[in-house]
Amino acid sequence: MTPNPPDQLLLATGISKTYGAVVALRNASLGVRPGEVHALLGANGAGKSTLVKILTGAVHPDGGTIAVRGRERTVHSPAEARRGGLVSVYQEPSLIPDLDIRANLRITNTPVESFRHWVSELGLPDLDLTSLARRLPLASLRVIDLARALANEPDVLMLDEMTAALPANLTERVLEVVGRRKGGDSSVIFISHRMIEIAELCDRATVLREGETVGVVDVTAGSDKRIVDLMLGPMAAEIPAAAERPAAAPRPADAQPRLSARGVSDGRRLHEVSFDLHPGEVLGVVALEGQGQDELFDILAGSSRPATGSLVVDGTPVAFRHPADAIQAGVVYVPADRAEALMMQRSVRENIALPFVAGVRHWAMLNMGAERKTVDEAVATLQIDARAGNEVRRLSGGNQQKVTIARWVATGVRTLLCFDPTRGIDIRTKQQIYVLLRELAQGGAAVLLYTSELKEVQLVCDRAIVIFGGRIVAQVAGADADEPSLLRAAYNLAPDEVIPELAVAFANPDGAPGSADTAAAGADPDGPGGGAPRAGDAPTGEQSEDPA
Amino acid sequence: MSTTATLASRGRSLVGRRDVLRRNGWTFGLLGLLAVLLLFAKIVEPSYGVLAIQGLGTSVLPLAIAAVAQAVVVISGGIDLSIGSMMALTSVVAASAMYKQPDEFGIVVVIGVLALGLALGAVNGALVVTTKVPDIVVTLAMSFVWAGFALIVRPAPGGGASSWLMDLAVGPILVDWIPKATVVMLIVVAVVWIPIARSRLGLSFYALGSNALAAFRSGVPVGRTKWASYVVGGLFAALGGLALTASTGIGTPVPGPYTLESVAAVVLGGVSLAGGRGGVLGPMIAVVVLQMVRTDMTFMSIDTNLAIVAQGVILIGVVMFGSLLEIRRASR
Amino acid sequence: MTAATSRRPRRQTAAGVRGLFRDQPVIPLLGLLAILVVVIEVVDPGIVSIDWAGVIIKGSVPLAILAGCQTIAMLTGGIDLSVGAVASMTGFVTATMIHSPGGEVQGIVIALVAASLAGFVSGVGVGVFRVHPLIMTLGMNFVVLGLANVWQLQNVQTGAGVPANLRTLGSGAFVEVLPYSLVVFVPVMALILVGLKRTGYGRLLYAIGDNPVAARLSGARSWQVLIVLYVISGLLAGIAGLILSGYANTASVSLADSSVLPSIAAAVIGGTSIMGGRGGYAGSIVGAVILTVLAALLTILGLPEPTRQIVFGSIIVVMAAAYTRVTAES
Repeated sequence: MTPNPPDQLLLATGISKTYGAVVALRNASLGVRPGEVHALLGANGAGKSTLVKILTGAVHPDGGTIAVRGRERTVHSPAEARRGGLVSVYQEPSLIPDLDIRANLRITNTPVESFRHWVSELGLPDLDLTSLARRLPLASLRVIDLARALANEPDVLMLDEMTAALPANLTERVLEVVGRRKGGDSSVIFISHRMIEIAELCDRATVLREGETVGVVDVTAGSDKRIVDLMLGPMAAEIPAAAERPAAAPRPADAQPRLSARGVSDGRRLHEVSFDLHPGEVLGVVALEGQGQDELFDILAGSSRPATGSLVVDGTPVAFRHPADAIQAGVVYVPADRAEALMMQRSVRENIALPFVAGVRHWAMLNMGAERKTVDEAVATLQIDARAGNEVRRLSGGNQQKVTIARWVATGVRTLLCFDPTRGIDIRTKQQIYVLLRELAQGGAAVLLYTSELKEVQLVCDRAIVIFGGRIVAQVAGADADEPSLLRAAYNLAPDEVIPELAVAFANPDGAPGSADTAAAGADPDGPGGGAPRAGDAPTGEQSEDPA
Repeated sequence: MSTTATLASRGRSLVGRRDVLRRNGWTFGLLGLLAVLLLFAKIVEPSYGVLAIQGLGTSVLPLAIAAVAQAVVVISGGIDLSIGSMMALTSVVAASAMYKQPDEFGIVVVIGVLALGLALGAVNGALVVTTKVPDIVVTLAMSFVWAGFALIVRPAPGGGASSWLMDLAVGPILVDWIPKATVVMLIVVAVVWIPIARSRLGLSFYALGSNALAAFRSGVPVGRTKWASYVVGGLFAALGGLALTASTGIGTPVPGPYTLESVAAVVLGGVSLAGGRGGVLGPMIAVVVLQMVRTDMTFMSIDTNLAIVAQGVILIGVVMFGSLLEIRRASR
Repeated sequence: MTAATSRRPRRQTAAGVRGLFRDQPVIPLLGLLAILVVVIEVVDPGIVSIDWAGVIIKGSVPLAILAGCQTIAMLTGGIDLSVGAVASMTGFVTATMIHSPGGEVQGIVIALVAASLAGFVSGVGVGVFRVHPLIMTLGMNFVVLGLANVWQLQNVQTGAGVPANLRTLGSGAFVEVLPYSLVVFVPVMALILVGLKRTGYGRLLYAIGDNPVAARLSGARSWQVLIVLYVISGLLAGIAGLILSGYANTASVSLADSSVLPSIAAAVIGGTSIMGGRGGYAGSIVGAVILTVLAALLTILGLPEPTRQIVFGSIIVVMAAAYTRVTAES
């Protein structure tokens, strides 16, 4: 991607961003031409959201340059970015909940008439501008957020998973409106997990992997294979086989599952999910972001109650009212977000020992010797490097993650729910976690593992269920769970289905796909990526974005 | 009516009577409660009349303005525990400067004291924003500081007030049963608050208190807005201090119970402690309601001290009710 | 190059001081206390003596106990504003019952039960109804104050006086440096210190303050922890009130009101974060002593009450800002 200012409306090069020990972006670049809809693609944690936040001034990059219409500029705040023509619609609507829509428009200096125009174009013609934002449903808020962005007539409009929370009719309108912008003077950066939408809408796609731009692809019929290849990365980066996975011992037909879900729904995102988790197995859960897996794990862990359906643990129906109930039943949970699981200001020891003291009967004097012994054993088992100090927040991401697991392993685990335990941690730690999960299963534990890293499924899981749109859409045996087929299943595509060529449907006649120099920068198959820490924008999340 | 609505709901243009009712349900509920309490007082104690109403207007004046000061800060997502001390300081400064001075000079003093209030608020706000220490700690500490300065200015109660100032706080206006103090208070608060509430700044206060991240993303200058909320709070605290001087005729260096009672009034007045919700009228009415509860209990020959208990119980009860609603909404 | 090498040791020292403040605030605080004592001796040579130390300790004890209430509440991210009314109430109730036979013991028991009850109600509000601790304890402050006033009116005919035993406890001493109040304070101190460090309950206080979500996911039910917390806080405030009434030899319903803000100040100075999860009682004790010495110093300097308040306030801001800086993630 040679810098070619007149040709590029927006050009970002060499963007890097590190959160503590976590590298979110290493060497990301993005060039957007006037009048195109440009897809920004990458697996979970590849750094898409971080890049968007940097482009809109919500996060400050550690390095790199941003140029708009050939002029280099630094964006210090969203307000400044907005004035410079860069506007984003974030995944979480940035409307002020306690202000009505009119006030929300005023605060961003949005012309009301133009907003009214766009919001009715987008399918909400009857919107009452005096309604409070917090009283509106999420889907409406996202559409309002988009209409507000459009009314500001941005040069570059960034849409982060714009269609994720929308019902079908609104999605259609949004895609149509965005599609109509093709060929004009302004451009759109489009982030989505839905390949069909990308095929429909986008001219070109930039693919990020591990915080780095690995390719720019013209979106045409069949380009999805190329995109998937880029997202997966070169085979050289393949994680070496972590554990010798013995063939799962044949289970007697009448074996009792450790944990069964029967028709579990949460009333919103999760629908009629049923599965059995047996002792001695690692069951994978595969899903794109926001397909209901978060809700499923919350229900299994006792954090929320199912709207319908039931859970059975060891043959006994259970109704968890609190995580303590789940823990009592032997079902323990390792959340993805370490900020949710750890007391960052406390020591490794206190963090690991936290479940030991949670119940009222453990409130009295601690047996410090016994506790130290248990904790030390767990630290040794997980090879936690706790030299960094007596506060967990000073540990590396990988060691922090080990602490969250050690907490449950320390006293023996029966049923372990792991939600993306390897997100944003280095490859060595990942392997250690794979080995550990296999060992736990061999020792008779049941492990439910959601992972956003599809490679892991084949390495660790005996079988996997795939969730799409809140329902289980596929079940794959561990041996067959190679990455391409999982990815296709996760996008709910049939194994050999070609993404339909719909791009013409909304394309402006002038917005024909770009030149032939299909893939370029950074797509070097031997490129770095092997031992480097994987980028993750999730672990730091919104916290890193300090509004002060 | 229009003043009511704008004061209570950040000065939006009026959008129909039903909407005003819906938005300000809490405020109207308080007004209803106040009416019931007044009626009750009249029934229990038939002699309750115009004089008592006028007295009520004067007695609630300082706390009502303190409640406005607190409301502005709380709406913006902070809390100011130094309001009582700022009132004491501005009050003694006013009383000392006006003592035995011609009435015309009193006007200069009032302007100076308001400037002082702005300055005190500016210091509070700057400390909160730059040190990143929680608001509650900074303002608590500053409450010591301002109270100390108040004692330096005037070690014991004393001083005086311009007669016109004192005149503003007592007696009726137009008709016997409209306390002048109340009208003056409403005008003063309206003159200061409505322009702010209608401006971008007022909007930013609500935005910041409602959701700091969304406000930041919407382009609100977070630090500056927070600072400004303390400056406005300081201005109202100075007005409260002037009200103290006006209603008592002297300056008292020891802070009254205004800080904590202003927090109570703000909560009762429908302002969410989490920020972003409520207005300044609700807290003012809440102050009157609390005062009337005390009065009514006196008329019923209930120990006045139980009125203090009632105040606490009402405060806790209202907040518990509010958070129960929140919990129910969250679990749904 | 030279600049870089010469700067390096300084930076390390700075990091060391930072670490010390962050992890062991008691040590620099004791240093600060020592400096204050030196200053006071310089200002008024000969004042620092065993007797003087006894006076300081006597004055610090009630404040240190009240600071204990704030410390444990602040560790969970809370605060207890009801300690003023509760402490005043216990001293007062005991004083009003002095004339009935066996009234002294009876009074103390009733007072402490009432104090615990007040804490229990606060705990239910904070833990179960999730009312903001500031509001809940403020409301309890009104309730307790009002009820104490009612009690005052109903017992006014019997008259009141601080029981001799409480007077001895609050103002007497074994030898000059060892006031009787240490008999109460030392066990209280030991219980809090050990309780925070060595019991499961203490761990949970830190856990809830540091990360309530993590505590919940680990199976802790925070409402249980919080109710017990505020009961303990109420009880401690009650004990402090008894000592305070003996120390001041008065009993009034507003006796401890002026101690509420200093109790918070002592905890803040001691390094306990009002955001929760960080701090300890040792720092708060030193903080209480520092405040007492500082007050004495200002008195000697002829700087009366006003200056004392200004200095107190400034110190709190400076200390809190310093702690915020050193504990911030780099």
